Amino acid sequence: MPALEAGLADPATIAMYEPVIGLEVHIQLKTRTKIFSHSTHRFGQSPNSQTDPVVLGLPGALPVLNQEAVSLAIGASLAINCRVNGFSRFARKNYFYPDLPKGYQISQYDQPLAEHGWLDIRWEEGSKRVGITRLHMEEDAGKTVHDGYSDSPRYSYVDLNRAGAPLCEIVSEPDMRSADEAVAYLNELKQVIQFSGASDCDMEKGQLRCDANISVRRLGDPEFGTRSEIKNLNSFRFVKQAIQYEIARQVAVLESGGTVFQETRLFNTARGTTTSMRGKEDSHDYRYFPEPDLPPLVVTADRLASIREELPELPPAMRARFLEQYRISEYDARVLTSSVETARYFEQAAKSAGNSKAAANWVQGELMGALNAAGKNIEESPVSADALGGLVALVEQGTLSGKLAKQVFAKMFATGKSAKEIVKAEGLRQISDAGELDGIIGKILDSSPKQVAQYKGGKKGVLGYFVGQVMRATRGQANPRVANQMLRKALDG
Amino acid sequence: MQNYRKLTIESVRQGLLEGRFSARELAQEALRTCEAGNGDSGVFLSFTPGRALAAADRVDARIAAGRDIGPLGGVPLAVKDVIMTEGERTTCASRALENFVAPYSATAVQRVEEAGAVIVGKTNCDEFAMGSSNENSAFFPVRNPADPERVPGGSSGGSAAAVAGGCTPISLGSDTGGSIRQPASFCGAVGIMPTYGRVSRYGLVAFASSLDHIGPFSRTVRDSAALLGTIAGADPFDSTAANASVPDYAADLSADVAGLKIGIPPEYFADGLDPAVGERIEAGIGRLERLGCRTRKISLPHTRYAIASYYLICTAEASSNLARYDGVRYSKRSERSGTLSDMYRNSRAESFGPEVTRRIILGTYVLSAGYYDAYYRKAQEVRALIARDFSEAFAEVDAIITPVSPFPAFKLGEKTSDPLQMYLSDIYTITGSLAGIAGMSVPCGRSPEGLPIGMQILTNHFREQTMLNLGHAFELDGGFES
Repeated sequence: MPALEAGLADPATIAMYEPVIGLEVHIQLKTRTKIFSHSTHRFGQSPNSQTDPVVLGLPGALPVLNQEAVSLAIGASLAINCRVNGFSRFARKNYFYPDLPKGYQISQYDQPLAEHGWLDIRWEEGSKRVGITRLHMEEDAGKTVHDGYSDSPRYSYVDLNRAGAPLCEIVSEPDMRSADEAVAYLNELKQVIQFSGASDCDMEKGQLRCDANISVRRLGDPEFGTRSEIKNLNSFRFVKQAIQYEIARQVAVLESGGTVFQETRLFNTARGTTTSMRGKEDSHDYRYFPEPDLPPLVVTADRLASIREELPELPPAMRARFLEQYRISEYDARVLTSSVETARYFEQAAKSAGNSKAAANWVQGELMGALNAAGKNIEESPVSADALGGLVALVEQGTLSGKLAKQVFAKMFATGKSAKEIVKAEGLRQISDAGELDGIIGKILDSSPKQVAQYKGGKKGVLGYFVGQVMRATRGQANPRVANQMLRKALDG
Repeated sequence: MQNYRKLTIESVRQGLLEGRFSARELAQEALRTCEAGNGDSGVFLSFTPGRALAAADRVDARIAAGRDIGPLGGVPLAVKDVIMTEGERTTCASRALENFVAPYSATAVQRVEEAGAVIVGKTNCDEFAMGSSNENSAFFPVRNPADPERVPGGSSGGSAAAVAGGCTPISLGSDTGGSIRQPASFCGAVGIMPTYGRVSRYGLVAFASSLDHIGPFSRTVRDSAALLGTIAGADPFDSTAANASVPDYAADLSADVAGLKIGIPPEYFADGLDPAVGERIEAGIGRLERLGCRTRKISLPHTRYAIASYYLICTAEASSNLARYDGVRYSKRSERSGTLSDMYRNSRAESFGPEVTRRIILGTYVLSAGYYDAYYRKAQEVRALIARDFSEAFAEVDAIITPVSPFPAFKLGEKTSDPLQMYLSDIYTITGSLAGIAGMSVPCGRSPEGLPIGMQILTNHFREQTMLNLGHAFELDGGFES
């Protein structure tokens, strides 16, 4: 195998090739119980506590399909524009592994739940439509734990908590041509699935997992090259790294006169490389056949229609509405629809603020900055959407200057109090009242005869000096616009 | 206890309610009787005295309180050892599960116990229900109560012999290709394969999922009707169990059978049928005619492909169903294994007997890439044709009468060296299995050597009532002993 010896190709050589990428994404459906039994599947529980006779593969136990999982999978199918089949079937995928208690995985094979979907993606250099071949339902396997126990050098342990968790596998067409496109597809997929309510897609909890099929071909070559499949990509960063590495590796193999083998490769997260796991000749014969323990899955037109009707607004539609309704930029609309919670937060804040553009800026700027610094999600924000809207409203009314508002926001974030409470307690309101400012301005002009003379001598830039003095005298609370006007009037008049 | 060996559900009920014996006394008598002969008969793999006495005491308490004892109150019952019985060993007559204690009960077991039945033990069978003579038990064979030199049939040989040999009035078995009907025929008991989906399979250790059924054995048709009525019906734990309502089979048992149309398929009376068997079945058909049934010839043209189709489908499903006995959780883990692959190979090789091994290998082969279409898919197509044969026949007749097996019970060891000969003992039963319809074996006299012969009554999906009514009328008319 010349694969490793060939090394990696340089960017100029890579540029003579076109990568072809397809992704297989596993998403864990947000059900209370497992796909074929009543056992719960909570994350982070003690090993083998989330089990029952069906999950354990006890002799005589039978699977019964969780209809909640079906409904969520149908919702996900609609969210990715798939055609939902009225008749689909489960099949057994047979192979031996210690964390597969029955010796087969119940999946869907030749008759999947949904087919022929697509997603529109956008990345820095462009946009395109990526085809989706199919969405099928299946059960997850357990975990084989090879380390962490005192006898780990001699034994492996099996934890079946994850076994039987409901998954849907979404297989894309080989439509992507770069790592950036692949990541853009994953982002879009994750967003629409989250919005559909089918899954939280929390990658840290294994709720979204990705395998990538990658091949390269000389620019202009009509035929696809031989592909490899990269497994174990559990973050978007790894997806990008692995694809970039694999492209460079395959190009180097071809450039050195070698052959790319059809094989399964494993991404090494520590080294950022891929290594061969098994070749085509070692690939399993899964001996698929229709699962005799489950009747065919029939989705009636009524059921499909009612799920479609109850499907929440999805990111593409929501972005379009934000552009129209809030008059914000395309970029802002994308950021603000990055999660269901962000979108919900923004809409509520905009409503309370009365100025959606300003609310959009505050959510993306101060709020997200503070949340990132604190390591919090937006749903954990100490500042509620209404509170942020209230703050923005105070700025709009002229009660607070932008600078003051930022100070107030920091205090809101730290204490959870409303903007009004803080303004009142600290006397932080902006001074726009001419009567209040009049005396202060008079004093400043009286004590600065030299600068007054300069101004009157035509050096209008000195005005800034006076404004600064007013702000200092009022500890930043003076309305700079009002102060500016009054100073001009006093000096010019 | 007088006449223990001839008890029925009804006579148990009368005895209990009239105070002639208590449920505990009956359970003790049952355990004594079952354990006494077991060294010779090999009927039971284990006994469940604690469970039996506790169940009997509950029945006695109900009698004392003047409450209803349930439809099977106090009746001793034996359960085939492929049916999960919580807290009891459930071995499937295999080394793979030699020390396996079931952590839950099958739905059928739950239902018979709720109905007051007293489970006295787990019966011997062919390993994982694969076989037609009970000689594939990993532990010891069962002997036919009619002739200890002969097999009881299989795979539910223990459950059939328990009833015919006087151990328990009723028992539960399982039927995949004839595993209830054929041993019922060999031993001289009533045995029913219900319609597929009539009885939940939850807790029946799977052999071939699309063909497996739990069903009753008894001495009378009435008792099978009662036992079937108890275990039948929808089950939230089995999505292949039908939602169809369950009739009160026993209540309508005596409906007149005169005028029922009965089909006789010549394909079941062709070469290979022992003349003694053919003669008894003809006599049985004559008796039904005298009872007013109208008989006519029908054709089931795809019958000759049934064995081939059946052994492709059942082995394919078995190869998958038995994958879990891999030494990880089930089966004894082989000590002499250095790698995971070795552990799988050695544990499985040490766990399974030759017939189970043969079927796993055959089934693995028929599902393999490149062979699926030629074998598994083709077999399913044939299965559909066989089912169509029956649906066309049942458009014209109410029931079909055939032999259960081409021959009466054969001698131990007679067919063990030739699997194909063994498979032929199910030639008349597997068609009904493939079609998913209902079938029953009722005794219809004996061969010149005195061996029991069974007559098969087949009816359409969920038409068990017609089948039971015919069997009951036949029994009342003296057909069992003729």
